[in-house]
Amino acid sequence: MSAIPADRRYTKDHEWAKGEGGDVVVGITAFAVEQLGDITLVNLDVKVGDTVTEGKAFGTIESVKTLSDLFAPVSGKVVKLNADLESKPELVNEDCYGKGWMVVLAPNDKSSVESLLDEKAYSEVVKNAH
Amino acid sequence: MSDSPLLRRTSLYECHARLGARLVPFAGWEMPVQYAGIVAEHTAVRTAAGLFDVSHMGELEMSGRYAGEVVNYLVTNDIATLADGQALYTCACNEGGTILDDLIVYRCSSERYLVVCNASNLEKMEGVFRRAAEHHCDFENRSDRTALLALQGPKAFDLLARAGKDAAELAKLKSFHFRDAVVANVQCTAARTGYTGEDGVELFCAWSDAPALWTQLMSLGEALGLKPAGLGARDTLRLEARLSLYGHDIDETTDPLEAGLGWVVKFDKSDFVGRAALGKVKASPLPRRLAGFEVTGRGVARQGYALLDLAGSKVGVCTSGSPAPTVGKNVGLGYLPTSMTQVGTRFLVDCRGKSVEAVVVKTPFYKRRVPSTPMETRP
Repeated sequence: MSAIPADRRYTKDHEWAKGEGGDVVVGITAFAVEQLGDITLVNLDVKVGDTVTEGKAFGTIESVKTLSDLFAPVSGKVVKLNADLESKPELVNEDCYGKGWMVVLAPNDKSSVESLLDEKAYSEVVKNAH
Repeated sequence: MSDSPLLRRTSLYECHARLGARLVPFAGWEMPVQYAGIVAEHTAVRTAAGLFDVSHMGELEMSGRYAGEVVNYLVTNDIATLADGQALYTCACNEGGTILDDLIVYRCSSERYLVVCNASNLEKMEGVFRRAAEHHCDFENRSDRTALLALQGPKAFDLLARAGKDAAELAKLKSFHFRDAVVANVQCTAARTGYTGEDGVELFCAWSDAPALWTQLMSLGEALGLKPAGLGARDTLRLEARLSLYGHDIDETTDPLEAGLGWVVKFDKSDFVGRAALGKVKASPLPRRLAGFEVTGRGVARQGYALLDLAGSKVGVCTSGSPAPTVGKNVGLGYLPTSMTQVGTRFLVDCRGKSVEAVVVKTPFYKRRVPSTPMETRP
């Protein structure tokens, strides 16, 4: 299990959210990737300008074995989608905390990302999930 | 989950744990679903070799003077055609003509037959065979003391060539034939069968011998690219080869004819369970058939997803579906009205509310190019 980066926040559903100049970059954690296995399809059901709601699905991720929902860690407006994932879903396997990012959100409440789990709290979630 | 006392473990559990397998509950067993990853394991089996632990499967033995007749009454294929050392794939049906299980029957001698059934059906099939044996032949459930390893892939026989004195004899085994052999110093019954669409063998051995056999094969195979392979890869491999999976593509609500298994129903043999019902099914056009399809839109069909006609009405159901790593497409199997099962027919898959385009294609999705020995043809 790779280290959990301390530069961002997490949800119990294994998404990460990283504040970047007022916006929030969203992806899934190494634990989620490990559970899913080989990722073959990332379906983002939103486009730039759409709003997403905290805890609600904004897309799905398919691996060879299974399908999983992608949940928005915070409420806000979609600013950017990772278009590379359409042709290269394996980026999520290769670099889930970097090139495998999924969306950038402009949060309704700029402090909302701070209320998510920090890496210590999230590491407990992972420990209990094993 | 891993410590549930309700789950049984094969004698290879420690081997899997050491290899870092992810273990999941499957048919009452704690089985490896993957080691390094499904795609890597799948690819290893297609290009080199993979080793699977399938010790959870059931082994039922019928013996005695009338054993052959009893077994033949319970299955749809004709085991009277078997010679000693030969095996066949078959269904066992109920009186209604639907499928209780799919099996491989091995003729050890004219008075001894081994029946391998699915782990999920072991209890049911033990009941069926035990009851049928009463007053006619001897029955023994050997599942608890029989381990089963599947060595599959184009390099499987290269590996066996390094695995001991019986290598030359094993190389001569024809498809769906078996023999006793010492493999890596372990007494085995080796059968040229499998569930991956590749050449290979399935090795039966004593429960307690399996770890030695596994460890030896893994180390002999390392240089050849042998990888341990889990149930995840087993599923994608068998789907590409269009081999049915019980509980998905076939079950007690489906009959062999609509499932595309008509070739294992022999109406011209002696009477068997389900014959009358299947005779009726055969007499009229099949309302639905199991068809193979490719998802052409963005999506993966999964078991249970509705299949829709182009107008959006539900016309069938997906029974298996996943990305097919060798084919490089998302494929599936599902029951469709017979009128929609011609290759090229377009329809939709309801992927959780999203209609995704699909097309009926020829199966198997994957066929290996050059079999290393002449294969028995499947009509």
